Amino acid sequence: MSSESHGSYRSYIIGFVLSVILTAIPFWVVMSEVDISLAWAIAIIFGLGAIQIMVHVHYFLHVTVKAEQGWQVMSMVFTAVLLVIVLAGSIWVMTHLDENMMPAHEQIERVRNLP
Amino acid sequence: MATHTSNAPDGDYEFYVVEDDHHDGEHHHETGTMLGFWIYLMSDCLIFGILFAIHAVVGTNYAAGPSPADLFEIDKILLATAFLLLSSITYGFAVINMQQKNQSAMMKWLAVTGLFGLGFLGLELLEFSHLWHIGAGPGASAFLSSFWILVGTHGLHVTAGSIWLVVLMVQVSMHGLTEANVRRVLCLSLFWHFLDLIWIGVFSFVYLTGVLL
Repeated sequence: MSSESHGSYRSYIIGFVLSVILTAIPFWVVMSEVDISLAWAIAIIFGLGAIQIMVHVHYFLHVTVKAEQGWQVMSMVFTAVLLVIVLAGSIWVMTHLDENMMPAHEQIERVRNLP
Repeated sequence: MATHTSNAPDGDYEFYVVEDDHHDGEHHHETGTMLGFWIYLMSDCLIFGILFAIHAVVGTNYAAGPSPADLFEIDKILLATAFLLLSSITYGFAVINMQQKNQSAMMKWLAVTGLFGLGFLGLELLEFSHLWHIGAGPGASAFLSSFWILVGTHGLHVTAGSIWLVVLMVQVSMHGLTEANVRRVLCLSLFWHFLDLIWIGVFSFVYLTGVLL
């Protein structure tokens, strides 16, 4: 790793200011109880959170395509793929399981009307 | 073995020579350790990913107990977030001063980083003891089990990082900015920034989204 890859005052301050903005907005949405639909509020929280993670990766962790001959970004992308599979898969499977384990109203009625 | 090597085609030698040249530099050891530490962080990231997945699945199973809106004080979470973010930038300043061979300034920034880290841990301990005393321990509901394990694992990481920070400051004050100590400072830098990154997921998902649901 070359010394340039660990950043300068300027890059840390840019990252910090961006992070403050990206943290303040979702907290403001929740704390000020602004008139906004639940779906929009959650979309703002998750969207800005994802952007802030990318800001941290770039300005604080200094991940670049060139560092460690590309292995750093390669291992990060691999981890991200695993995380998407684990998270999406768990949520998908478990919500379906929930739906099928919870007897729906018509199922209860059907069982009740059995001879 | 020797005859085999000498009979090998020239192309094979070229390949190994090129590989060796890549690693033959003053940063030889640093490169290996930094990449290895990065891969450890990625495995840590998978642990947190699985804990987030658990929270996504059971995070709304309150078992007729308290919900996030009843328990969480968002203004204190905002303060903890500010502490952690400030500690991230002060660690960055420490690394910059280390590269300028300014050891005393680096130590000051590391101390400031440690204080912000302790502030974060103090707020988290206050929150946990409050939850424990009102009966919202990890056994109260599936939501609280996954909350305690996820936020607790992050808190344990910050505790470990703080202990590492103190040990590192002792090492630097004893031996100065040797090659090994520089490498340790850079590894802890990755660790510290990584924990701040995980905290983004925690406050967005567990606290802010939890309070809204």
